[in-house]
Amino acid sequence: MKFAVIVFPGSNCDLDMYNAVVDVLGEDVDYVWHTATDLSAYDGILVPGGFSYGDYLRCGAIAQLAPVMTEVRKAAAEGKFVLGVCNGFQVLTEAGLLPGALIRNNSLKFRCHPVGLRVENANTAFTRDYAQGEVVTIPIAHGEGNYYCDEETLASLKANGQIVFTYDGVNPNGSVAGIAGISNEAGNVVGMMPHPERAVSELLGSADGAKMFTSVLNAWRERNGAASTR
Amino acid sequence: MKATVYVTIKENVLDPQGNAVQGSLQTLGFDEVAKVRIGKYLELTLDTTDRAVAEERVKAMCEKLLANTVIEDYRFELEG
Repeated sequence: MKFAVIVFPGSNCDLDMYNAVVDVLGEDVDYVWHTATDLSAYDGILVPGGFSYGDYLRCGAIAQLAPVMTEVRKAAAEGKFVLGVCNGFQVLTEAGLLPGALIRNNSLKFRCHPVGLRVENANTAFTRDYAQGEVVTIPIAHGEGNYYCDEETLASLKANGQIVFTYDGVNPNGSVAGIAGISNEAGNVVGMMPHPERAVSELLGSADGAKMFTSVLNAWRERNGAASTR
Repeated sequence: MKATVYVTIKENVLDPQGNAVQGSLQTLGFDEVAKVRIGKYLELTLDTTDRAVAEERVKAMCEKLLANTVIEDYRFELEG
Protein backbone atom coordinates (compact mmCIF):
# COMPACT_ATOMS: atom_id res chain seq x y z
CA MET A 1 0.00 0.00 0.00
CA LYS A 2 1.32 3.41 -0.93
CA PHE A 3 0.59 6.52 1.15
CA ALA A 4 0.76 10.21 0.32
CA VAL A 5 1.29 12.77 3.08
CA ILE A 6 0.05 16.07 1.68
CA VAL A 7 2.29 19.01 2.56
CA PHE A 8 0.93 22.57 2.57
CA PRO A 9 2.98 25.63 3.47
CA GLY A 10 2.62 25.54 7.27
CA SER A 11 2.00 21.81 7.70
CA ASN A 12 3.96 20.72 10.77
CA CYS A 13 2.74 17.22 11.59
CA ASP A 14 3.79 15.86 8.20
CA LEU A 15 6.97 14.26 9.56
CA ASP A 16 5.06 12.56 12.38
CA MET A 17 2.52 11.23 9.89
CA TYR A 18 5.25 10.01 7.53
CA ASN A 19 7.13 8.31 10.38
CA ALA A 20 3.95 6.70 11.71
CA VAL A 21 3.48 4.96 8.34
CA VAL A 22 7.12 3.87 8.26
CA ASP A 23 7.34 2.79 11.91
CA VAL A 24 3.93 1.16 12.30
CA LEU A 25 3.42 -0.30 8.82
CA GLY A 26 6.72 -0.23 6.97
CA GLU A 27 4.76 0.65 3.82
CA ASP A 28 5.70 3.10 1.07
CA VAL A 29 5.02 6.76 1.81
CA ASP A 30 5.83 10.02 0.03
CA TYR A 31 5.50 13.67 0.91
CA VAL A 32 3.30 15.23 -1.77
CA TRP A 33 3.50 19.00 -2.23
CA HIS A 34 0.32 21.12 -2.34
CA THR A 35 0.94 21.96 -5.99
CA ALA A 36 0.80 18.31 -7.11
CA THR A 37 -1.77 17.47 -9.76
CA ASP A 38 -1.71 13.68 -9.72
CA LEU A 39 -2.38 11.32 -6.82
CA SER A 40 -3.17 8.27 -8.93
CA ALA A 41 -0.12 6.41 -7.58
CA TYR A 42 -1.42 6.48 -4.00
CA ASP A 43 -3.85 4.22 -2.14
CA GLY A 44 -4.10 6.27 1.05
CA ILE A 45 -4.08 10.06 1.40
CA LEU A 46 -3.03 11.56 4.73
CA VAL A 47 -3.72 15.24 5.36
CA PRO A 48 -1.58 16.21 8.37
CA GLY A 49 -1.96 18.82 11.08
CA GLY A 50 -0.31 22.20 11.25
CA PHE A 51 -1.24 25.70 10.21
CA SER A 52 -1.72 25.55 6.45
CA TYR A 53 -1.22 28.97 4.89
CA GLY A 54 -0.83 30.39 8.40
CA ASP A 55 -4.53 29.69 9.07
CA TYR A 56 -5.17 33.09 7.49
CA LEU A 57 -8.85 33.94 6.97
CA ARG A 58 -9.97 30.62 8.58
CA CYS A 59 -8.28 27.32 9.39
CA GLY A 60 -8.06 25.30 6.18
CA ALA A 61 -9.85 27.92 4.06
CA ILE A 62 -6.96 28.62 1.71
CA ALA A 63 -5.58 25.07 1.70
CA GLN A 64 -8.87 23.74 0.31
CA LEU A 65 -8.17 25.71 -2.89
CA ALA A 66 -4.65 24.27 -3.44
CA PRO A 67 -4.22 22.32 -6.70
CA VAL A 68 -3.68 19.03 -4.86
CA MET A 69 -7.14 19.28 -3.28
CA THR A 70 -8.77 18.68 -6.67
CA GLU A 71 -6.93 15.35 -6.64
CA VAL A 72 -7.86 14.64 -3.02
CA ARG A 73 -11.54 15.17 -3.94
CA LYS A 74 -11.10 12.84 -6.88
CA ALA A 75 -9.40 10.19 -4.72
CA ALA A 76 -12.18 10.45 -2.11
CA ALA A 77 -14.84 10.06 -4.80
CA GLU A 78 -13.03 6.99 -6.12
CA GLY A 79 -13.30 5.44 -2.66
CA LYS A 80 -9.63 5.79 -1.76
CA PHE A 81 -8.88 6.13 1.95
CA VAL A 82 -8.41 9.72 3.13
CA LEU A 83 -7.53 10.73 6.70
CA GLY A 84 -7.35 14.34 7.89
CA VAL A 85 -5.92 15.05 11.32
CA CYS A 86 -6.31 18.37 13.18
CA ASN A 87 -5.63 21.05 10.53
CA GLY A 88 -6.15 18.24 8.00
CA PHE A 89 -9.67 17.75 9.45
CA GLN A 90 -10.29 21.50 9.11
CA VAL A 91 -9.10 21.35 5.49
CA LEU A 92 -11.44 18.43 4.71
CA THR A 93 -14.46 20.26 6.18
CA GLU A 94 -13.57 23.44 4.28
CA ALA A 95 -13.22 21.34 1.13
CA GLY A 96 -16.72 19.97 1.63
CA LEU A 97 -15.44 16.39 1.92
CA LEU A 98 -16.78 16.24 5.46
CA PRO A 99 -19.81 18.09 6.88
CA GLY A 100 -19.69 20.82 9.55
CA ALA A 101 -16.91 23.18 10.59
CA LEU A 102 -14.31 23.63 13.33
CA ILE A 103 -14.55 26.79 15.39
CA ARG A 104 -12.59 28.28 18.30
CA ASN A 105 -12.44 26.16 21.47
CA ASN A 106 -15.15 27.34 23.85
CA SER A 107 -12.48 27.80 26.54
CA LEU A 108 -10.52 30.12 24.17
CA LYS A 109 -7.46 28.09 25.20
CA PHE A 110 -5.09 26.10 23.05
CA ARG A 111 -5.54 22.61 24.52
CA CYS A 112 -2.55 20.28 24.31
CA HIS A 113 -2.77 17.05 26.34
CA PRO A 114 -3.82 13.40 26.06
CA VAL A 115 -7.57 12.79 25.96
CA GLY A 116 -9.77 9.74 26.24
CA LEU A 117 -11.52 8.91 22.99
CA ARG A 118 -14.45 6.56 22.62
CA VAL A 119 -14.57 4.61 19.35
CA GLU A 120 -18.16 5.22 18.23
CA ASN A 121 -17.78 3.48 14.89
CA ALA A 122 -15.34 0.59 14.56
CA ASN A 123 -16.50 -0.15 11.02
CA THR A 124 -14.60 2.55 9.12
CA ALA A 125 -11.43 1.78 7.18
CA PHE A 126 -9.46 3.66 9.83
CA THR A 127 -11.02 2.17 12.97
CA ARG A 128 -11.71 -1.47 12.16
CA ASP A 129 -8.89 -2.74 14.40
CA TYR A 130 -10.50 -1.09 17.44
CA ALA A 131 -13.39 -2.60 19.37
CA GLN A 132 -16.71 -0.81 19.18
CA GLY A 133 -16.98 1.44 22.26
CA GLU A 134 -13.31 1.01 23.17
CA VAL A 135 -11.76 3.96 24.99
CA VAL A 136 -8.27 4.91 23.84
CA THR A 137 -5.78 7.62 24.77
CA ILE A 138 -4.61 9.97 22.02
CA PRO A 139 -3.28 13.53 22.38
CA ILE A 140 -4.96 16.70 21.15
CA ALA A 141 -3.20 19.97 20.28
CA HIS A 142 -5.54 22.63 18.95
CA GLY A 143 -7.10 26.03 19.48
CA GLU A 144 -9.92 25.57 16.98
CA GLY A 145 -11.19 22.04 17.43
CA ASN A 146 -14.74 22.81 18.47
CA TYR A 147 -16.78 20.79 15.98
CA TYR A 148 -19.95 22.54 14.91
CA CYS A 149 -22.81 21.42 12.70
CA ASP A 150 -26.51 22.25 12.68
CA GLU A 151 -29.08 19.93 14.23
CA GLU A 152 -30.14 18.48 10.91
CA THR A 153 -26.55 17.54 10.04
CA LEU A 154 -26.02 16.07 13.51
CA ALA A 155 -29.11 13.91 13.10
CA SER A 156 -27.85 12.60 9.77
CA LEU A 157 -24.34 11.97 11.20
CA LYS A 158 -25.96 9.89 13.94
CA ALA A 159 -28.33 8.10 11.58
CA ASN A 160 -25.52 7.14 9.19
CA GLY A 161 -23.01 6.14 11.88
CA GLN A 162 -20.66 8.93 10.76
CA ILE A 163 -19.57 9.84 14.28
CA VAL A 164 -16.27 7.96 14.54
CA PHE A 165 -14.84 9.25 17.84
CA THR A 166 -16.25 11.18 20.79
CA TYR A 167 -14.36 12.59 23.76
CA ASP A 168 -14.62 10.34 26.79
CA GLY A 169 -15.14 12.37 29.95
CA VAL A 170 -14.40 16.08 29.68
CA ASN A 171 -15.16 17.68 26.32
CA PRO A 172 -11.97 19.72 25.76
CA ASN A 173 -13.31 22.20 23.22
CA GLY A 174 -17.10 22.38 23.31
CA SER A 175 -17.74 20.19 20.26
CA VAL A 176 -21.34 19.37 19.41
CA ALA A 177 -22.22 15.99 20.98
CA GLY A 178 -18.58 15.65 22.11
CA ILE A 179 -17.54 14.83 18.55
CA ALA A 180 -13.79 14.30 18.05
CA GLY A 181 -13.90 12.67 14.61
CA ILE A 182 -16.35 11.95 11.81
CA SER A 183 -16.46 10.17 8.48
CA ASN A 184 -18.18 10.86 5.20
CA GLU A 185 -21.25 8.82 4.33
CA ALA A 186 -19.23 6.21 2.43
CA GLY A 187 -16.82 5.82 5.37
CA ASN A 188 -13.62 6.16 3.32
CA VAL A 189 -12.91 9.74 4.42
CA VAL A 190 -12.24 10.33 8.12
CA GLY A 191 -11.36 13.57 9.91
CA MET A 192 -10.41 13.94 13.56
CA MET A 193 -8.91 16.56 15.86
CA PRO A 194 -6.75 14.23 18.04
CA HIS A 195 -3.38 13.11 16.68
CA PRO A 196 -3.09 9.32 16.23
CA GLU A 197 0.31 9.80 14.54
CA ARG A 198 1.62 11.14 17.85
CA ALA A 199 0.48 8.02 19.70
CA VAL A 200 2.13 5.13 17.89
CA SER A 201 4.61 4.01 20.56
CA GLU A 202 4.63 3.69 24.33
CA LEU A 203 7.71 5.94 24.18
CA LEU A 204 5.35 8.72 23.07
CA GLY A 205 3.03 8.07 26.01
CA SER A 206 0.53 5.92 24.13
CA ALA A 207 0.51 3.46 21.26
CA ASP A 208 -3.28 3.66 20.88
CA GLY A 209 -3.07 5.57 17.59
CA ALA A 210 -1.22 2.75 15.83
CA LYS A 211 -4.46 0.89 15.09
CA MET A 212 -5.61 3.74 12.84
CA PHE A 213 -2.73 2.82 10.56
CA THR A 214 -3.02 -0.97 10.82
CA SER A 215 -6.78 -0.61 10.23
CA VAL A 216 -6.41 1.17 6.91
CA LEU A 217 -3.71 -1.22 5.73
CA ASN A 218 -5.95 -4.18 6.56
CA ALA A 219 -8.91 -2.51 4.84
CA TRP A 220 -6.80 -1.95 1.74
CA ARG A 221 -5.50 -5.52 1.76
CA GLU A 222 -9.00 -6.88 2.07
CA ARG A 223 -10.18 -4.71 -0.81
CA ASN A 224 -7.26 -5.68 -3.03
CA GLY A 225 -6.84 -9.28 -1.98
CA ALA A 226 -3.24 -8.51 -1.13
CA ALA A 227 -1.25 -10.89 1.01
CA SER A 228 0.11 -9.70 4.30
CA THR A 229 3.80 -8.90 3.96
CA ARG A 230 4.41 -7.85 7.54
CA MET B 1 -14.82 50.32 -7.29
CA LYS B 2 -14.50 49.46 -3.61
CA ALA B 3 -16.21 46.54 -1.91
CA THR B 4 -16.55 46.33 1.85
CA VAL B 5 -17.28 42.81 3.06
CA TYR B 6 -18.52 41.96 6.55
CA VAL B 7 -18.32 38.35 7.69
CA THR B 8 -20.09 37.50 10.94
CA ILE B 9 -20.58 34.29 12.90
CA LYS B 10 -24.14 33.01 12.58
CA GLU B 11 -26.45 33.87 15.46
CA ASN B 12 -26.83 30.26 16.59
CA VAL B 13 -23.08 29.55 16.54
CA LEU B 14 -21.03 30.10 19.69
CA ASP B 15 -18.63 33.07 19.57
CA PRO B 16 -16.08 32.48 22.34
CA GLN B 17 -14.07 35.57 21.33
CA GLY B 18 -17.16 37.76 21.60
CA ASN B 19 -18.01 36.25 24.99
CA ALA B 20 -14.49 36.95 26.28
CA VAL B 21 -14.63 40.57 25.14
CA GLN B 22 -18.08 41.00 26.69
CA GLY B 23 -16.70 39.70 29.99
CA SER B 24 -13.83 42.14 29.75
CA LEU B 25 -16.15 45.08 29.04
CA GLN B 26 -18.24 44.14 32.07
CA THR B 27 -15.10 44.01 34.19
CA LEU B 28 -14.49 47.60 33.11
CA GLY B 29 -17.96 48.53 34.32
CA PHE B 30 -19.78 48.55 30.98
CA ASP B 31 -22.58 46.45 32.40
CA GLU B 32 -25.00 47.55 29.69
CA VAL B 33 -23.23 45.29 27.15
CA ALA B 34 -25.55 42.28 26.88
CA LYS B 35 -23.75 40.59 24.01
CA VAL B 36 -20.64 40.95 21.81
CA ARG B 37 -20.19 39.28 18.44
CA ILE B 38 -16.86 39.50 16.61
CA GLY B 39 -16.58 39.27 12.85
CA LYS B 40 -14.27 40.11 9.97
CA TYR B 41 -14.09 43.27 7.91
CA LEU B 42 -12.49 43.14 4.46
CA GLU B 43 -11.86 45.98 2.01
CA LEU B 44 -11.47 44.96 -1.61
CA THR B 45 -10.44 47.30 -4.41
CA LEU B 46 -11.88 46.12 -7.72
CA ASP B 47 -10.76 47.21 -11.17
CA THR B 48 -14.27 47.39 -12.53
CA THR B 49 -16.89 50.13 -12.73
CA ASP B 50 -19.77 47.82 -13.60
CA ARG B 51 -21.87 47.54 -10.47
CA ALA B 52 -23.84 44.49 -11.53
CA VAL B 53 -20.69 42.56 -12.45
CA ALA B 54 -18.98 43.60 -9.21
CA GLU B 55 -21.96 42.46 -7.17
CA GLU B 56 -21.99 39.06 -8.82
CA ARG B 57 -18.22 38.63 -8.48
CA VAL B 58 -18.05 39.68 -4.81
CA LYS B 59 -20.94 37.34 -3.98
CA ALA B 60 -19.00 34.50 -5.61
CA MET B 61 -15.86 35.45 -3.63
CA CYS B 62 -17.84 35.35 -0.39
CA GLU B 63 -19.41 31.99 -1.17
CA LYS B 64 -16.18 30.37 -2.35
CA LEU B 65 -13.64 31.73 0.10
CA LEU B 66 -14.35 34.75 2.27
CA ALA B 67 -17.12 33.19 4.36
CA ASN B 68 -17.73 29.61 5.46
CA THR B 69 -21.49 29.55 5.12
CA VAL B 70 -21.76 26.60 7.53
CA ILE B 71 -20.88 28.93 10.41
CA GLU B 72 -20.79 32.46 8.98
CA ASP B 73 -23.08 35.01 7.34
CA TYR B 74 -21.80 37.75 5.05
CA ARG B 75 -22.94 41.02 3.56
CA PHE B 76 -21.16 43.60 1.45
CA GLU B 77 -21.39 47.17 0.21
CA LEU B 78 -20.14 48.54 -3.11
CA GLU B 79 -18.90 52.09 -3.48
CA GLY B 80 -17.72 54.12 -6.46
